[in-house]
Amino acid sequence: MGKSSTFSSEILWQLHQVGFAYKNQPVLSGIQLTLSSQKCYGILGPNGSGKTTLLDLLCGLSVPTHGDLLYREHPLQQWQSRELAKRVALVPQDFQVRFGFSVREVVEMGRHPHLGRFASLTAQGHALVDEVMEEMGVAAFANRSVTHLSGGEKQRVAVARALVQTPEVLLLDEATSNLDIYHSLSILALIRRRVVEQSLTVVAAIHDLNLATSFCDELIFLKNGQIICQGPTEQVLQSDIIQEVYGVEAQVREDSFSNCNQVSYRLPAV
Amino acid sequence: MLLLLLSSIIVSATMGFMQIPATTVMQLIIHALCCSDKETGFDPVVTAVVMDIRLPRILAAVLVGGMLALCGTIFQAILLNPLADPYTLGISSGAAFGASLVIVLQVVGLVLPTTFSVPIFAFLGSLGTLFTVLALASEDRRLSSTSLILSGVIVAAILSAAIGFLKFIADEQVGIIIFWLMGSLSGISRQNILVLLPVALLGTTVCLFYSRDLNIMATGERAATTLGINTVRLRWILLITCSLMTALCVSVSGIIGFVGLIVPHLLRHLLGPDNRQLIILSTLGGGLLLLVADTVTRAVLPAEVPIGVLTALLGGPFFAYIFKKRQQENG
Repeated sequence: MGKSSTFSSEILWQLHQVGFAYKNQPVLSGIQLTLSSQKCYGILGPNGSGKTTLLDLLCGLSVPTHGDLLYREHPLQQWQSRELAKRVALVPQDFQVRFGFSVREVVEMGRHPHLGRFASLTAQGHALVDEVMEEMGVAAFANRSVTHLSGGEKQRVAVARALVQTPEVLLLDEATSNLDIYHSLSILALIRRRVVEQSLTVVAAIHDLNLATSFCDELIFLKNGQIICQGPTEQVLQSDIIQEVYGVEAQVREDSFSNCNQVSYRLPAV
Repeated sequence: MLLLLLSSIIVSATMGFMQIPATTVMQLIIHALCCSDKETGFDPVVTAVVMDIRLPRILAAVLVGGMLALCGTIFQAILLNPLADPYTLGISSGAAFGASLVIVLQVVGLVLPTTFSVPIFAFLGSLGTLFTVLALASEDRRLSSTSLILSGVIVAAILSAAIGFLKFIADEQVGIIIFWLMGSLSGISRQNILVLLPVALLGTTVCLFYSRDLNIMATGERAATTLGINTVRLRWILLITCSLMTALCVSVSGIIGFVGLIVPHLLRHLLGPDNRQLIILSTLGGGLLLLVADTVTRAVLPAEVPIGVLTALLGGPFFAYIFKKRQQENG
């Protein structure tokens, strides 16, 4: 996919020897990472490898127990949460709403960091909400209660809300794992378009390797809380790396149909 | 809603042992609001009945009901649990325990100024209960209905035993403690109103200030944090504000259960979950409900029933109904 952009790429996050321990159990350790703008990063790794924790650190939900974590050259903790919320949006894995807010109300919540205390949405804000809801295919049920939506519909509402936040970075935590093939491809394509056209940056924890290869410019492989390998997708997507990270035998081949590399795998022979 | 509440206040003031026409009530209120020293020309007995007996009680019913419903709205929104209210979480019991403790201390010989010590002890009691209940339920990270309400029941059971013990020591002062347990608005004075009114206004303002944050809390703590909300601070501020309001309500009127459960629940069902509307409407609705209930016990029923008993009799079954319905929804 094309990576051309009119904007020059800037460094967003710098992680120096970052580690995170929960109740003295190390979850992440020795993370050395630089993430730049206008790229799609994919975080890959088996269950429990620390993907979600890494995303939590990037958006300030967790504070590293070791090392330095900078966002735009300032320690992340020094960022006011509201300012950070204008720049970084997260789509959580399992978006649950406990009361029967309408789809529109939930999407509008994304404007929260941009609004004053008792201010209400401006005409531009409403227009943005309408546009994004249309784009995410949730406009048709804008007035339905979110509690009555299917998992996939709810997830699209979550993505719409994050986009309404007009962030410079979108963090996706397995955001498409509950979606069917059509919706995961179409949503990722829409997000991809924003990367190219609006210089959005994406960091996505993804389970599906083939989805990751078609969507991400760079991949970061995690295992047991450590980075095994990172780099441009074509370079690091190797059968031996996949075997090391996931413990399965893999074959990577070019696929002319989907126009990117595809992985097929099997359990190692006993 | 506001109009309904105002007209109920006037209608309620006309009712009672002595029937007083609504026009007289309105003239008296306007006269008092204008602070004029002129003679109204009304029978001083009528003036005394309306201004010194009925109106303080009516205002107290409105304020207590409003604050309880407001607390219920906030507890439900912040704990993501439509079954939460000051009563079901045991916070009212905690406040009553604190208030009873003051009386027992007086029996023992420790004399504290009741006007201040009762609300303060009630506040400490309610805060202590809140933290105990939250600590008990916190193993369950989602703070589900069942674990939260169960913790409330456990703590309330312990507290009721503790209050029983206090009753035992209190000896001849036992009547006052029983009053707290049943809940009644019959002992209201003008001084109470002077405390209730500013706290109610302040509490409502604080809650309104955070109403949009509260809406976002419904989508989960992670999502709320990434929208720039300090969820920990929000929780603390609102829980403490609500405990203070509950404690004050209990210290003037005793335990009045379920107002905080029913009103926000019904309104949310009718108007949707947006806390920006819900906070104001619940406060008005709670005031209205408790005023009607209190007027019924005061003026309609042949003998005065403690209001707390009435709300529990009506609210208990309603609580059971919601609980059952939620269980069915969750499969």
